[in-house]
Amino acid sequence: MIAFNKYYNHFNLLSSILIIVSLLLLIFKGLNFGIDFKGGTLIELRASDSKINVSSLRDRFNQMDLGDVSVKKFGNDTDFLVKFENKDNKKNIIEEIKSNLDKSFGNNYDFRRVENVGPKVSAELLKSGIIAISLSLALMLIYIWIRFEWQFSLGAILALFHDVIVTLGVFSLFSLEINLSIIAAVLTIVGYSMNDTVVIFDRVRENLRKYSDIKIFELTNISINETLSRTIITSATTLLALLAIYFFGGEILKGFSLAMILGVVFGTYSSIYIANTVLVRLRVSQKTVLREDDQNKLN
Amino acid sequence: MLYFSKLRILFITLFSILFVLIASSNLFKFDDSFFNKKINLGLDLQGGSYLLLEIDNEPVIEQKLQNLTTTIRNYFKEKNVKINNIKIENQNIFFNVTDNDKQSVLDVFQDENSDLNPYYPRFKSHQLEIEDTGLNFKVNFSRQGLIRLKTSSQDQAIEIVRRRVDEVGTNEPNILKRGNNRILVELPGLDDPMRIKSLLGKTANLTFRFVTNDENDRFGVEKLKFENGMEEATVSKRIIISGENLLDAQPKMDTQTNQTIVSFTLDRVGAKRFGKATSTGIGKQLAIVLDGKIISAPVVRDTIASGSGQISGGFTFQTATDLALLLRSGALPAPLEIIEERTVGPDLGQDSINAGMIALAIGFMLVIIFMFVKYKIFGLITNVTLIVNLFILLGVLTLFEATLTLPGIAGIILTVGMAVDANVLIFERIKEELKDETNNILAFDSGYTKSRTAILDANITTLLAAIILFFMGSGPVKGFAVTLGVGIFTTLFSVYFIARLFTSIYVSSNKNKEKLI
Repeated sequence: MIAFNKYYNHFNLLSSILIIVSLLLLIFKGLNFGIDFKGGTLIELRASDSKINVSSLRDRFNQMDLGDVSVKKFGNDTDFLVKFENKDNKKNIIEEIKSNLDKSFGNNYDFRRVENVGPKVSAELLKSGIIAISLSLALMLIYIWIRFEWQFSLGAILALFHDVIVTLGVFSLFSLEINLSIIAAVLTIVGYSMNDTVVIFDRVRENLRKYSDIKIFELTNISINETLSRTIITSATTLLALLAIYFFGGEILKGFSLAMILGVVFGTYSSIYIANTVLVRLRVSQKTVLREDDQNKLN
Repeated sequence: MLYFSKLRILFITLFSILFVLIASSNLFKFDDSFFNKKINLGLDLQGGSYLLLEIDNEPVIEQKLQNLTTTIRNYFKEKNVKINNIKIENQNIFFNVTDNDKQSVLDVFQDENSDLNPYYPRFKSHQLEIEDTGLNFKVNFSRQGLIRLKTSSQDQAIEIVRRRVDEVGTNEPNILKRGNNRILVELPGLDDPMRIKSLLGKTANLTFRFVTNDENDRFGVEKLKFENGMEEATVSKRIIISGENLLDAQPKMDTQTNQTIVSFTLDRVGAKRFGKATSTGIGKQLAIVLDGKIISAPVVRDTIASGSGQISGGFTFQTATDLALLLRSGALPAPLEIIEERTVGPDLGQDSINAGMIALAIGFMLVIIFMFVKYKIFGLITNVTLIVNLFILLGVLTLFEATLTLPGIAGIILTVGMAVDANVLIFERIKEELKDETNNILAFDSGYTKSRTAILDANITTLLAAIILFFMGSGPVKGFAVTLGVGIFTTLFSVYFIARLFTSIYVSSNKNKEKLI
């Protein structure tokens, strides 16, 4: 048996620091919103001429008076991602850019993807993204509140907040782009983290009913150990699947799978070191679950 | 938990085979009349264009209010009520009346059978709202009135958009309403939406009006620019004929001048008015105005009574074709703005499919190897279940003709990774049970029973997330929610029916073996 409970305090401290640092990052550095949420234009370009590279493209685009233009390599050496604000939401901007690029590069390039999101739409997408995440947290809260006693709910929700905030913190730290698929990833993380916590909690509750003489400090450790191989195997297979997406699923899914990988790692960690420690700190005992059972009987 | 009746085994087998067949119909071409459902590929996988258009209703509201002022004036004139100082400001009509008439004006606006101000009994609301301060009135559209107006201009606009898109001839366009002022256009397989975009960006409001120098024209005048250049001309506001009078328009080659022109035919009313105008206006310049710009302003030389004519304006064949198309499909009730565009080229789509499939294959292999190494014979059972699960998932998607997107493929891969969870929970529980229980069958039985709540909890939480994503997400993300959500159900089915069936067969024939798992 591994003594996870020996490090409860250490990891609580670490998590508190992680959350504070993440919050500071989110407040002061902010998130790198993609065009989905900020509005603007994105062009994925593939070149068939080695003359076309990041600097020559940047030169060309900067001459076009598009405002702040970012040009990056995208995956391999011939693919580039160009993004700009398109503040005035000019109508034939893509046409203009094409004719402009034709002059310098002929037809040795190809637009593989063009996305243009107006300011109104991006504001709506951001709003619905925030609503979606809040709604999912609220639904999880309600679900766990129905299924477990309030101490458990608090533990699970704290773990959930931890996972979402720290994952977003990492995205802020490395200025990784937040787009629509990241919202999907965050929601899936919420589901996964909850799933992982609930499995351990289920066992904690079962053990609370079984043993009246074991303190919650020990009891959580027993429960974590009993479910440990399941925790490891499920995290492992999920991570294997996600790593396959990250490395082989193409550039477009990179951010999405990275967010999910982080979420699975944090989610697994938080089930053990946040959710359970909340039970310990709230001094959950056999009474906590038995009282509920009695009530159920009465009803 | 381990007992299966023969009927149940038959049912599970048939069900699985059925879905494997349905899923594989995506790969082979079955006889179409027998089964023709298929998983649709999203625009991000097959390539294509997604355009979100917003209708700018401001001009429509302006126009309606403009018409209303005339209607109000005429309506009350007949009733001998004098309307003074009527004017439009900030989408409100203002006017005042004398003291005697105040009540009769209010009565007209508040009468439920009023023909000036329609009443919608369903919403308990009039089209117009009227407010009075003393003898001054303020009239504007009520909330319901505005909604009516917007939906009706949306109805008209979507019809015109559909005609224009159809005329260009893209395959299987998808044109849908969004809210009450937006139109979604999905054009699969179109990698260069430039032409459609420019066609949809034009209102195509065509009018024929005389050029005049008389500033005191009875109908008013306005200065308009020529399409190609800085030149201006003063044009009367009197409309001789408009786009509504056109029956047909076609691009043609004028054999005499070797120019590309657009020839048109008018309906009866239009032909009559055109004939009259051209007979009285010989020698005058007739301006052909499209969306506030003059295409050309030829001098009328002869009376044109045939009801057909032509527009020349230095067109190329392409621009003439497009103009003819716009004229044939009719004018939009209001300008459209493209507020969101996402276009994916077909080769990127194919690359995404390939990458997705490779990731799926590799992810699948990794999970399968991992499970086999970890659980041996039970790993094998899990793996077979996983394969059947994948087929059932694809089968369900086929049956519902769901749209598969790139994030959707990611959802399938993720399902593969998470699907083993339920089996792992069961097997781990059985292992624990076997510590105190020597009877294999009893241990397996209670393993299944005791792990059930955890499995249910785990899947419900993921399902909740998927449901929210489905309703809040758009396009590709919705595809992810679909595969993730459907995956949960197919996983539960395959774990509790298929995997359990295999487990029960294996355990029953190895009842007395020690260390079964």
